[in-house]
Amino acid sequence: MTLAAETPTTAFASNLRARRTKNNIATVVMTGCFLVALVPLIWLLWTVISRGWRVMVHADWFSQDQRLTQDWRTPGGGALHAIIGTLEQVLVCSLISVPVGVLAAVYLVEYGTGKLRSAVTFMVDILTGVPSIVAALFIYLIFIIEFGAGFAGIYVSLALVLLMIPVIVRTTEEMLKLVPNELREASYALGVPKWKTIAKIVLPTAFSGILTGIVLGVARVAGETAPALILVQYSASRNSNLLHGNQASLPLFIYSQFPNYANVGSKENAFTHVKEVTNNYAAGRMWAAALTLILLIALLNLVARLISRRSKVSN
Amino acid sequence: MGRIRLISLATLVVAGSVALAACSSSGGSKSSDSSTPAGTTSSSSSSSSSAPATTVSCPSGGTLNADGSSAQANAMTTFITAYQKACAGVTVNYTSTNSGQGVSDFTAGKIGFGGSDSALNPAKGEPAAATKACGSTALDIPMVTGPIAIAYNLAGVSNLTLNPTVLTQIFLGKITKWNDPAIAKINSGVTLPSTAISVFFRSDPSGTSKNFETYLQANDPTDFTYTPDKPWPGKTGSGENGSAKIASSLKSTPGGIGYVEWSYAGNNSLSVAKIDNGAGAVELTPATVGAFVSSAAVVGTGDDLSLKLDYAAKTPGAYPIDLVTYEIVCSKYKDAATGALVKSFLTFTSSAAQQATLPSQGYAPLPASVLTKVQAVVAKIS
Amino acid sequence: MPDRDSPLRDAQRSAGANGHVPVQTPPIIDPNPEVTMPDEPVDELSVELRAGGVAETAPGHLVGSAQPLGVDVSGPGPVSTAPAPSGSTPKRPGDRIFSALASGSGLFIVVLVVLVGAFLLWKAIPAIGDDKTNFLTSRIWSVGDRANSFGIAGLLWTTVLISVFAMVVAVPIAVGIALFVTHYAPARLAKPVAAVIDLLAAIPSIIYGIWGIAILAPHLTGVQNGLSSGLGWIPLFKHHNNAVGTVFDGGVVLAIMILPIITSISREVFQRTPRQNIEAALALGSTRWEMIQLAVLPYGRPGVVSGAMLGLGRALGETIAITIIVSTAGNGAPFDASLFGKGNTFASQIATGGDALFAHPGPFIAAGLVLFVLTFLVNAAARAVVNRKTVS
Repeated sequence: MTLAAETPTTAFASNLRARRTKNNIATVVMTGCFLVALVPLIWLLWTVISRGWRVMVHADWFSQDQRLTQDWRTPGGGALHAIIGTLEQVLVCSLISVPVGVLAAVYLVEYGTGKLRSAVTFMVDILTGVPSIVAALFIYLIFIIEFGAGFAGIYVSLALVLLMIPVIVRTTEEMLKLVPNELREASYALGVPKWKTIAKIVLPTAFSGILTGIVLGVARVAGETAPALILVQYSASRNSNLLHGNQASLPLFIYSQFPNYANVGSKENAFTHVKEVTNNYAAGRMWAAALTLILLIALLNLVARLISRRSKVSN
Repeated sequence: MGRIRLISLATLVVAGSVALAACSSSGGSKSSDSSTPAGTTSSSSSSSSSAPATTVSCPSGGTLNADGSSAQANAMTTFITAYQKACAGVTVNYTSTNSGQGVSDFTAGKIGFGGSDSALNPAKGEPAAATKACGSTALDIPMVTGPIAIAYNLAGVSNLTLNPTVLTQIFLGKITKWNDPAIAKINSGVTLPSTAISVFFRSDPSGTSKNFETYLQANDPTDFTYTPDKPWPGKTGSGENGSAKIASSLKSTPGGIGYVEWSYAGNNSLSVAKIDNGAGAVELTPATVGAFVSSAAVVGTGDDLSLKLDYAAKTPGAYPIDLVTYEIVCSKYKDAATGALVKSFLTFTSSAAQQATLPSQGYAPLPASVLTKVQAVVAKIS
Repeated sequence: MPDRDSPLRDAQRSAGANGHVPVQTPPIIDPNPEVTMPDEPVDELSVELRAGGVAETAPGHLVGSAQPLGVDVSGPGPVSTAPAPSGSTPKRPGDRIFSALASGSGLFIVVLVVLVGAFLLWKAIPAIGDDKTNFLTSRIWSVGDRANSFGIAGLLWTTVLISVFAMVVAVPIAVGIALFVTHYAPARLAKPVAAVIDLLAAIPSIIYGIWGIAILAPHLTGVQNGLSSGLGWIPLFKHHNNAVGTVFDGGVVLAIMILPIITSISREVFQRTPRQNIEAALALGSTRWEMIQLAVLPYGRPGVVSGAMLGLGRALGETIAITIIVSTAGNGAPFDASLFGKGNTFASQIATGGDALFAHPGPFIAAGLVLFVLTFLVNAAARAVVNRKTVS
């Protein structure tokens, strides 16, 4: 690890020892920074896994909802209602964001000129920085206040669109830029129209890269809580109707268990002063839902990595 | 222990009905029509029936959404779980937000019923707005009575008595140390530490805050000069989003004090102060709560069952800081299916058997006189 | 080369490991760093990096490749002058439809963002007009049926305090990690180490929130008490009897949350340090640390600043973790500069609006607008920092 300082012929040889010490300190500090960052990561993952996995690996977790087990003293139940909600909300969000995002990126790379192009680039930049609560507030303002709509999962999807579009545009843009120009030119030389060149040559070439971006976009919005907090209300029962009524999602499920996570399973009932054995099942459910959400996002990231390995545009 | 609870409940109900038999006929206009509605066999007439044997008339299916007061959230969770067990095809959601949202979501027509710790307020035009949303008269139906516990975290002090003046001065920051002479004076024999007092209040608009403020103002108007409202007006201490966070913050803050619904204090094993309203220190128990709530009078007109709680009453053995959570409903729903769901669910929750489950959750059942009226009004919902 | 610790080889090894500097032809400027990008999955962070303008404007990246076809002659691959057929020949229907769809999508995004801004403004302005107190200087937030007094001074203070504190904690650590990854870690470890840090970005903020308040905050009580007993005479560290739920707790969790984005951007710019500069420093006999001081840090400074600003932008808008962790102060409580105090941020004030959010949305929209503008300014500043550097 000690470098050229070992050669005493340099001009700085006089304070060699001091310099070497400084270098060693720097090495320790850099390594220390990394280890410091590991502490919260491992601590958090350990917390979630050690407190959540027992509940999560139960067979009911992926096949039951919380319909009959809402009380923090009641064991059992699962997260199916939340998983359904998360998948639906994210799916509908993707159905809107992906075409818009990919086409906007096509516009930026293949068509865009002049003011509109700079405007789109600028607006995507702005959108990237929009806090999720502002996106949620915008949807709340339009639909809940102006149109007087009731809370529903679809509004969460719409708020997530605002957060997902910039991710898709950016990744797709980068991927399209990577497609070699020779491909386009060869296609043009054969008399293929531009739109067909893009649709049949450019997009398929960049396909896996774009897919990676989509999957990462999904991972980005799947854990968003702020829009769900003000645009939909939690339901402990399954509701697959995105357009109407309360609907759970994994973040909301976590949030719904949060008020009871710290309840004490006291041996003595504080009200009747009778000895009672109560365990707190809300905490287990909260951490299990957190673990499920982390695993879902980790899975999406893994898929993204696998797809990107197959990318045609890499060297 | 279930038996003990039941016996105490039965005592309560019997005592209440005897005490209020006289005024029951002169109260609500149609309160005599309290026969059990057809199809439901909720045992309103006999308080001795065993608790779990409630049979319900279930609608064929559907979803009933409601939200509002977090004060009744734990009771609602229990009601809903039992109800959904009985009615497999029906879903009821109660989102624990705050009383303000319960009223505004109901007025906006987003939910089947709203939960609120205060009745619709005519001064704000709430009854009119709700009636307009319903297309029929909107009603306040008391359903869950719950005491507000003054919970504290003071190592070594398990027996603390407070009175309204001291409470006001603590919560408004005029008393800042636990060994303040004003506290010591009403706690002779208790060794109080010099720990600083950390006050916790609700940062979200809450009926619990409003009821607690009403209690303070009724008893100590000279110190408590604010108009009771859902946001907590004090400048001292730290605000927490929801009762659960007050409870968890109290647990980790030595010297902390806060007001929470009793269930949150019990679920978190917090010490609860005794309250001396002028007739001696009263411990918070189901019996002392019952003693207070049974004195509540119905002040609503027609089928509206708003109650008046006399917070300044110096009744021996009555715990004076209580609130009643109302379910705000339409007398006749535009959507008949929603009406049937609300009627079925509230018939279930107002059954004597379900009310009997409340003490184990940190609530108290409605006094028998009020419960009879509630059952009669619920039976008329359509 | 028997000397295993040759500085040159060492530097080459660590740089080459990241796949951005081709080892075979050590260039001053990497002709097309993007071509190797797909080796690493494009993740959210690098997307934001691009949004921040680092990748678009960093030296070595050919901005021209973003130009439309037919105009761009400097894109990847051999130089070609062949124009796209769309330019001269009359457009076919397919071309017209496809181009309309593409421009339509671009336009949709523009309209969407304009709508967000316009709607917020439309609702915020009358609300600010009805405000019974000064919107900019008041610290009261009293919105309801009885009161309509609200000011953003308190929200702004807490938001900025908590975010800047998070940034001050995160930036040195992030820079250290980035240097560790690019110049210290053994080649085969660099990638996994970077991936591990990126894992922090994959954890949803609500999980940071519940972990922060349930697990981390009780452990920070001692740290807070220690700091305030030593430095309590400074208003920023004034002692409070708050065990958990302080601005400090929230800031530490925010620092963890923004760590990966700052790390990832610093890493990218450190990797792009011109080889020439590194070798020159090493040839002078510098130790590795001296080389970093001489070559890497000066080159990477704008990148680090821009990364820090992007992290700040994210911290300003964080909602659920702050809502869960940080408690609020009494309405109208005296001003408190302390990290160990409590307060509402813009985002948490909106999220806990409750019924007032529906009944009286105006004040919350106004707060949302200020937050929108604030994050925009910080993000724009992040881009400007990098742009200025590359222009000069």
